[in-house]
Amino acid sequence: MTGKDEAELSRLLRAAIAGDERAYADFLHRIAALVRGFVRRKIVQGGVDPEDVVQETLLAIHVKRHTWREDAPVLPWVYAIARFKLIDAFRRRGRRIEVEIDEIAETFAEPEAETVSERDIARALDGLPPAQRSVVSSISVDGRSIGETAAKLGVSETAVRVSLHRGLAAIAKRFGQQ
Amino acid sequence: MRTEDLIKALDADARSKAMPQDSAWWLAVAAAAMIAATVFWLTIGPRPDIMAAMHTMRFLAKFVFTIALGVSAFALIRALSTPGASTARAATWMAVAPLLVVVAVALELFAVPSPEWGRRLVGTNWYICLTFIPLIGIGPLAVFLAALRHGAPTRPMLAGTVAGLLAGGLSATFYAAHCFDDSPLFVATWYTLAIVILTALGAIGGRLFVRW
Repeated sequence: MTGKDEAELSRLLRAAIAGDERAYADFLHRIAALVRGFVRRKIVQGGVDPEDVVQETLLAIHVKRHTWREDAPVLPWVYAIARFKLIDAFRRRGRRIEVEIDEIAETFAEPEAETVSERDIARALDGLPPAQRSVVSSISVDGRSIGETAAKLGVSETAVRVSLHRGLAAIAKRFGQQ
Repeated sequence: MRTEDLIKALDADARSKAMPQDSAWWLAVAAAAMIAATVFWLTIGPRPDIMAAMHTMRFLAKFVFTIALGVSAFALIRALSTPGASTARAATWMAVAPLLVVVAVALELFAVPSPEWGRRLVGTNWYICLTFIPLIGIGPLAVFLAALRHGAPTRPMLAGTVAGLLAGGLSATFYAAHCFDDSPLFVATWYTLAIVILTALGAIGGRLFVRW
């Protein structure tokens, strides 16, 4: 991981927080690949699906993006959240692990591609109120835009944005409180 | 759900409307100070001879201790609520308030003959101290725990503990204006105990309520 990547990721996240969706998608894809590499290296015994931790980390990054200081490096912030969510995932499954943050700095994970399996987040989605669930799944699983979702559901774009925001916050909260 | 799909949902919700963490902490401190001030004025208020007391070293020293505790705890809790932020330096500064108290106690032991020590330590109203520092601080503690929930502390129990110290420093600063016992021997004993109560509550609160 080089200083150039760090600067690029900071730029993307700054743009995202200001409302640039394309920059945010780019940021999240890169972060997902890095976190996936990190988590896979850390999970040596079974019981925890690395991709679940990747998704929980992305959600946590999303709902806590206001805690990133724009003048601070973004990768230590990302890895601290990933480590927290990894420990949390083990704790929820009745395990304890120690993840040293220091060694991360030297050996930043290689980006890795996703493998498919059943996800905790998909199950969390089922627990949402119907209005939020239909908005979140329309945009995520069906890949519709905000506008298309609004047209399909017969509600305003603002209502779609509100439902999406609340639905994502509710899913993230479920993982925090288990 | 595939991670790709999750990212589609997240990026559609890109713009952040949440208050940036730094602003949230300053707002929390302002709100906490107002709550503490209100409870202080409605219950005990400042001592009547406060103008005269301001000319004595021992009275003023109490504020030095409590403000040092509050300021250092504020710096540490902001670092603790930011993932990946370095906390070492802020944690070191936490030693300042206890060190000042230790120095003041040593000076007091030199300045005051030993038969006086016990009377100064017990003071005149330690039970008021043990009641009102937690009472004034409990509202601020709730505010700080709420601010921690807004943040992202990766060590929630430790962050809650520091929230208790911050509430304790704030509350004791108000209480010191009421308290007639100015001896560092009294402060080192009873203020510390009262702040420990808030700190324990903060640790429990951090453990139970600061989840994300």
